[in-house]
Amino acid sequence: MTDSKTSPLDRAVEAVARSTHSKLVKRVTGLSDRMVAWLFIGPTMLLLLAINIFPLFWAIGLSFTNYRANRPNEPVEGVGLRNYERILTDPDIWIAMQTTANFVFWTILLQTVIGFGLAYLIDRKFRGHAFWTTIILVPMMLSPAVVGNFWRFLYEPQIGLFAYAVSFVSGIPPTEIEMLSNVALAPWSIIIVDTWMWSPYVMLICLAGLRSIPDYIYEAAEVDRASPIRQFLSITLPMALPFIMLAILFRGIENFKMFDMVNLLTGGGPGSTTEVASITLKREAFEKWRTGYSSAFAIILFVAVFGLANIYVKALNRVKQR
Amino acid sequence: MTKTLRAAFAGVSLLSALTVVPLVSVTAAQAEELTLCWAAWDPANALVELSKDFTTESGIDMKFEFVPWTNYADRFLNELNAKGQLCDLIIGDSQWIGGSAENGHYIKLNDFFAAEGITMDDFVPATVTGYSEWPKGTPNYWALPAMGDVVGWTYRKDWFEKPELQAEFKEKYGWDLAAPTTFEQLKQIAEFFQGREVDGKTVYGASIYTERGSEGITMGAMDVLYSYGFKYDNPDKPYDMNGFVNSDGAVAGLEFYKSLYDCCTPPGAANSYMGEGVDAFKSGQVAMHMNFAFTWPGLQKDEAVGGDKIGYFANPAGPGGDKFAQLGGQGISVVAYSSKQEAALKYIKWFANPAVQAKWWSLGGFSCLKAVVEDPGFAATQPYAQTFLDSMAIVKDFWAEPAYASLLQASQKRLHDYVVAGNGTAKEALDALVADWTETFEDEGKL
Repeated sequence: MTDSKTSPLDRAVEAVARSTHSKLVKRVTGLSDRMVAWLFIGPTMLLLLAINIFPLFWAIGLSFTNYRANRPNEPVEGVGLRNYERILTDPDIWIAMQTTANFVFWTILLQTVIGFGLAYLIDRKFRGHAFWTTIILVPMMLSPAVVGNFWRFLYEPQIGLFAYAVSFVSGIPPTEIEMLSNVALAPWSIIIVDTWMWSPYVMLICLAGLRSIPDYIYEAAEVDRASPIRQFLSITLPMALPFIMLAILFRGIENFKMFDMVNLLTGGGPGSTTEVASITLKREAFEKWRTGYSSAFAIILFVAVFGLANIYVKALNRVKQR
Repeated sequence: MTKTLRAAFAGVSLLSALTVVPLVSVTAAQAEELTLCWAAWDPANALVELSKDFTTESGIDMKFEFVPWTNYADRFLNELNAKGQLCDLIIGDSQWIGGSAENGHYIKLNDFFAAEGITMDDFVPATVTGYSEWPKGTPNYWALPAMGDVVGWTYRKDWFEKPELQAEFKEKYGWDLAAPTTFEQLKQIAEFFQGREVDGKTVYGASIYTERGSEGITMGAMDVLYSYGFKYDNPDKPYDMNGFVNSDGAVAGLEFYKSLYDCCTPPGAANSYMGEGVDAFKSGQVAMHMNFAFTWPGLQKDEAVGGDKIGYFANPAGPGGDKFAQLGGQGISVVAYSSKQEAALKYIKWFANPAVQAKWWSLGGFSCLKAVVEDPGFAATQPYAQTFLDSMAIVKDFWAEPAYASLLQASQKRLHDYVVAGNGTAKEALDALVADWTETFEDEGKL
């Protein structure tokens, strides 16, 4: 029995000790099982502390100072909660947060609908479905840097294929289709690319969910003469829902901290139209060199993502228990 | 061993020693190596060529660390902040001078200049102020002016000389189609060419700076704003910006820049800087092209648009006749963290030599030495030489304060938000800029 008072770490150590081969344990004479387990876990724990936990606490410390990384010789002064107060009362920060929220909302909505739709179609197991699955998965296998750069060319109003394709369909001259420089179109240009790239990922998770639904449930529904729509609403959707929610969680966290695609496509422009929180953070930290201020901003973003993700995971667990 | 053998052995040993000693000393001298850090661009290639003479003369090898402009500031400011020893010499941007002097990244060169007889009076005054001095206007030198640069314009002389276009232009605007002398004229020309068919291709009016990420739109808009009355602060009260940054003239200048962007730039030119401008001009898209002078030697040599097809003009005048241009360029400094400062100073001494400066200009660098640029034959050396001189005579520069990065990012945001995204008015953009800059100077303890 595991003592309920022991910490999760102790329990992990005990689990490793139990799973260590007995012959190996015998060879390391003079050391208890627990010590051997600690020896195995120790380096990983140290690495984790060094590259994850320590910087986090260091950043929390910096967030209460006026420290600037480009002024190593200047004295660092404590400013209390001033950085946090400034961030939370800065209208530009709130605009960036709104832009981020819009971006997260639309990309998740589109990727979930398209991803689930594709998974539903692929699950039909038609002739050549394996081939099409592979083709659909190609965008998510590409590097974001490559995707960002080639979409930038595709969006070029004078030479880009996207502008010509839209022009062919709509009759609008391609030079007027300025996806990256038009204030109304620029956010959509990023949403389109992100959706193109990551819908296959959502599809993959949804496909796993659809494949996990036992066939006998559908057979029973057919015996009960349930229509295909009723089967979809009463069996497919509820049983695939935990998987869909998991995909939403993954994509939500990823898109909340989206940087590469926005930076490559618009750089946050035109103006600040597509300036998501991560771009603002980068500018504060590495262009303005306001290290203390940007640390506070990073902590706020971390708490926001962590808090939202926790609420969401609880909802996900509730759905799974149903 | 016999006597003969011993003598032979001693002789061979002596000969070997005599052969090896000079080799060792040559190797030791050549083993000294300096690393020079700069941006990756055409003048850097010219400097590599020029520096071969230094290696020949001194025996010191030169190694170069060139970084593209987009990463130039990030890369080298990180290096300096980390007190890194990568660079012995650095050609740092003019705006870095305040921060690099105050943070101890560069060594002060006054004593060295005095000892070597190098005087700043021998250099173009604007470049000394822009690239070497901190605090500005005081004789404290942290760099030797290395690469003069200024924003100016190129235009398609071959298009301007087409008789049918000249006639149509004269009829429409009432004056001869030629390089503009005022911004109003520049806009008329840009409007005239916008969307026009020239040689079977649709062309556009002008390529101007609109880049958001680094410094593009600030360098471009300021190029216009200066001539419309923009001032950074009250000349009698430093850092007092209200009524100077957002004066009526400055507002009119920013409105003009936006109108130029809206009416007369190629489609999709919302994030255009030096590279994009060169591409637009080289590909025959635009009639006029705003860019730093360093791009001119390359464009002059270009087969498609260079030679007789290209013309140059300095920044035109604003409505009141004032005429200013945005300073670019850099000075060369010795990095305080280098362990080879003596050799680095040797390089600076060599680089300041008039003969070297003359060769620097001939290779495509832009010398700041008066002996070179004020030579009577200088204007005839290149088709753009006179425009370079005219432009260097009217320069103004952005803040070079230690907090320049914050000041620059604020102007990038406010200017791009108004000019490209069309948010708010010019007055609101400049008022917001005053507020941002005021906050920065308050943080710096200067207000």
